[in-house]
Amino acid sequence: MIGLELVYALAGAMFLGFALVTAWHRRDRKGRATALLWGLIALSFLLGDYIGDMANGLLAIVIVVVAASGRTGAAPPESDGTASATALEASARRYGNRLFLPALAIPAIALGGTVLFKSVPGIVKASDATLVSLALGAVVSTVICMVWFRTKAQAPLREGVRLADGLGWAILMPQLLASLGIIYAAAGMGSAVGHLLDYVDTGGSLLAQVALYCTGMALLTVLMGNALAAFPVMFAAMGAPLLVNVQHGDPAAVAAIGMLAGFCGTLLTPMAANFNLVPAALLNLRDTYGVIRAQAPTALAMLVANIFLLYFLGFSR
Amino acid sequence: MLVLLAVVVLVAGLVVRVNPLAVVLASAATAGLAAGLPFLDLLARFGAAFNANKFVTAVFLVIPTIGLLERHGLQERAKQLMRGLRGITLGRLLLAYLLARQLTSAVGLTQLGGQVTMVRPMLAPMAEAAAENDGSGHDSDRAKALAAATDNIGLFFGEDIFLAIGSILLMKGVMEGYGMTAEPFALSMWAVPTAIAALLIHGTRVMLLDRRKRLGADAAADSSTDAAA
Repeated sequence: MIGLELVYALAGAMFLGFALVTAWHRRDRKGRATALLWGLIALSFLLGDYIGDMANGLLAIVIVVVAASGRTGAAPPESDGTASATALEASARRYGNRLFLPALAIPAIALGGTVLFKSVPGIVKASDATLVSLALGAVVSTVICMVWFRTKAQAPLREGVRLADGLGWAILMPQLLASLGIIYAAAGMGSAVGHLLDYVDTGGSLLAQVALYCTGMALLTVLMGNALAAFPVMFAAMGAPLLVNVQHGDPAAVAAIGMLAGFCGTLLTPMAANFNLVPAALLNLRDTYGVIRAQAPTALAMLVANIFLLYFLGFSR
Repeated sequence: MLVLLAVVVLVAGLVVRVNPLAVVLASAATAGLAAGLPFLDLLARFGAAFNANKFVTAVFLVIPTIGLLERHGLQERAKQLMRGLRGITLGRLLLAYLLARQLTSAVGLTQLGGQVTMVRPMLAPMAEAAAENDGSGHDSDRAKALAAATDNIGLFFGEDIFLAIGSILLMKGVMEGYGMTAEPFALSMWAVPTAIAALLIHGTRVMLLDRRKRLGADAAADSSTDAAA
């Protein structure tokens, strides 16, 4: 059965291709270290499952050292073959709205594949169906573009590495932060924050308890970067023993709205890099935290809304 | 309680703007050592976690296609499309996207949006073009950041209405650990009030973006000598 191994092999091949086109085409002073960085990530994808935990740890450290060295980065703008603004405008008029089709084909294939592979067992492991389908969508869409635009074989790699160079360290941040979350959990971060909350005096007021539960969920999510990591801790610390067992809240309401309060924290934290830092890099925002700033008013208002929704709807009085 | 030092390291590192990847490593080392994990054990755990989370980076498999399409004018086409639409404003565009993102996520179609596949190549250029044309004077960084924010908000406060999403399954598992019966349907229904609140709150925020245009236009009409930006 097809599983994640295939996706990893494909991603490894892509990053190896990035390393090769960088080494081959770039002569500027950041070219070498950038090629090395993409090569190391390729190594992680291709060999990570075979070299053992210790070697993976060392590889992660080497990748961070290279990425943080300041010697990697995008090629100088005049040499990377970027088309001029007028040429892009003309190209956009020439190809028209059909340009959207390959871009929309990626999610469409990802979606269709997920449904197909889950309903027809035996082709792809059900748990890996989403990522396998996304990879399939990416490959099909790339082939369509290559045929349509009559590009050279290495064009997808050169265009891809241009985007990857622009993203820089942000491309690795989600994976590293997910790993940090696991170390935090192993080190007992959740229960340490849970203990801190014990010191807060709610004076027996239900509203204060609900507010502390929801705020704690958001706060712990800000620290861990993931509401799914915060939920078991806060539900154990306050949700089950206090809000359900003592105050007789509806368990489903306490759980569901608590989780959604956690999502407010996700909108506020650089720890949720794939939602907050990666888009800032993707969109070339001047402010690394620009997306978080744009989300903050909504996130804070939603936290208050969740507190009141749980308080008014979750308890029968 | 010593592990909280790891958070101090993280925040301090980000505030003084050390490279974020290095800050993450330092914070992980602090957490592990504060919890008394031997160094080699910590290294192995970090390596295992790093390797197990490769799937997070695999989403970048789509960037060659996005790069090819952008090279042939995808972003420019998205802008041209917006310029051709009468009455489109930044607020209306984002409100429509918010509603669409919430509804599709609620029925499980979470992959229809996304920062790499949808926001960068299409929604963000559309938002930039709408902000240029509607006279609101929101700069392009603000328009792009709000586009990214709207994608996240629509996803987060829509997806929990769908039964088979990871967070619902996690809640069910945790609750059963406490001997509570947890119906996925009940959990997903409890996500509806919050979804409506998100539509009202964020929808109002994005529509208020257009108000600035009218206020700005009125001010400009009132005093032709004063440049109302």
